[in-house]
Amino acid sequence: MGNILVFAEIQKGGLPKSSLITIQAGKEAASKLGGDVLVAVLGSDIEAATQEAAGYGAAKVLAVSDAALEHYLADAYAAALEQLVQANQVTMLVATSTAIGKDLLPRVAARLGVGMASDVVEFNDDGTLQRPMYAGNTVATVALADDIKVVSVRSTAFDAAQPGGQSAVEQTSVSLDADATKMQFVSFNETQSDRPNLTEASIVVSGGRGLKSGENFTTYLEPLVDELSAAMGASRAAVDAGFVPNDLQVGQTGKVVAPDLYIAVGISGAIQHLAGMKDSKIIVAVNKDPDAPIFNVADYGLVADLFKAVPELTEAVKKAKA
Amino acid sequence: MKVLVAVKRVPDPETTIRVKSDGSGIETDNIKYVINPFDEIALEEALRIKEKLGSGEVILVSIGVKAVREQLRTGLAMGADRAISVGCDQELDSLCVARILAKIVEQESPEIVLMGKQAIDDDANQAGQMLAALLGWPQATFASEVELSDDQQSVKVTREVDGGLETVGFALPGIITSDLRLNEPRYASLPGIMKARKKEIKEIAAADLGVDITPRLTVQTLEPPTKKEGGKKVETVAELITLLHDEAKVI
Repeated sequence: MGNILVFAEIQKGGLPKSSLITIQAGKEAASKLGGDVLVAVLGSDIEAATQEAAGYGAAKVLAVSDAALEHYLADAYAAALEQLVQANQVTMLVATSTAIGKDLLPRVAARLGVGMASDVVEFNDDGTLQRPMYAGNTVATVALADDIKVVSVRSTAFDAAQPGGQSAVEQTSVSLDADATKMQFVSFNETQSDRPNLTEASIVVSGGRGLKSGENFTTYLEPLVDELSAAMGASRAAVDAGFVPNDLQVGQTGKVVAPDLYIAVGISGAIQHLAGMKDSKIIVAVNKDPDAPIFNVADYGLVADLFKAVPELTEAVKKAKA
Repeated sequence: MKVLVAVKRVPDPETTIRVKSDGSGIETDNIKYVINPFDEIALEEALRIKEKLGSGEVILVSIGVKAVREQLRTGLAMGADRAISVGCDQELDSLCVARILAKIVEQESPEIVLMGKQAIDDDANQAGQMLAALLGWPQATFASEVELSDDQQSVKVTREVDGGLETVGFALPGIITSDLRLNEPRYASLPGIMKARKKEIKEIAAADLGVDITPRLTVQTLEPPTKKEGGKKVETVAELITLLHDEAKVI
């Protein structure tokens, strides 16, 4: 077995949790399949991130500092990563399924002419991999036939690596020609919201068609959302009815979330919605229809008129916090 | 402006997916198939580009069994000009799909290729990025806004990334994959459906394209996910709060 190369994303000069998850996933793959873990750190000003990456016990950190890598861009990063794979006897390349991981890894795989497995949740001892398909309605055992295996891992399936053990740091370079630098970074607009990000929030409160209007989202749901410091979501039915914008949609065609607490208000529980939230740790459903399918996945179900129950719930949370 | 839109035939997202008892696949009886919802958004964007420019051509391509013609017909009814059906009965992985699409791009020379960010059956989220790599083209995945330059030579694409919106730019040709917020796809109109009957669907066999379509990723077995235990029904808000606090310890 050759080496396992882990791509560590940099955010604001340091390693975000997702990169520690990637390192941990690489270690787990190495413990089952053999090989050393190498961590790739790419960027233009990467001194601090390189030092940080060296503190998690990987065999080596490969640091590539290049002005063309200042901003993440798929073409340049894929070319750089391909070169690292080729130069370091790499037999497996791992990243986490973040926006960057999802954008980058397939491009590297195709450059290498190899297949890829997305959103892997487990490395099996025999080299096969577990991954969800059909929006989590099935778990597949998949095999990659190539000598170099490209794998993205689902962040909720692995812990973050714990600090410990100093890695060797190798400063290395890549060659990025005009073909690898066709894309330009224009701007980044960070979401300005007091509410947490839907896919990262530990509590999500979602509303469905039962809310009856967009105004009722504001009047009834938002106070509860804010009292819980939660993110707000919605079912596809609520989005289709025009109550709230599409980026709040939780479900197979929307965001897939797995918070500690998911509160579904006035949501019947169509398959397409369940696919986006059923891995949440605790699910609460508030619905006036006792036969609504949402109750089949809910840990706690409250059969009630939401227009009465939600304000009560908001008040009760306020009191519980006080 | 020539825009190629790749669409995939997938089970309707409202369909209950059941795994076959031998784990070899999913039960396909009584499944309704639709255009992959993200591909439908990609098609809508292509149509809007053409409408805005007042000229151009939107070409659909789909790969798979003969029945993909149903989805191509739907796309033609929405307003695409013509379609290509690449016949293939075997399972394909994303790399095979990208190799086939690269051949079609070679034949059609579009300025933009649009497709969904992922198909909702295998959830791979790979084909667009792989196609971009094979062609050596720039890519803008997870697009929420596409802005074509006045001279039609370049594009700025806003992308849904972690923690915000990123904008990238590049000279065409390029690949764009759609995310949810890009647009709301139209429904086919009755005149659209009538017109679609006369539009061309060109048949090509994948085997005749001269590309390697041996899948490198194979699915060995499928299992249903571990089922969640049925929960408790509670009577009052007070009871619910107590359970969330004392039992679940989430608030």
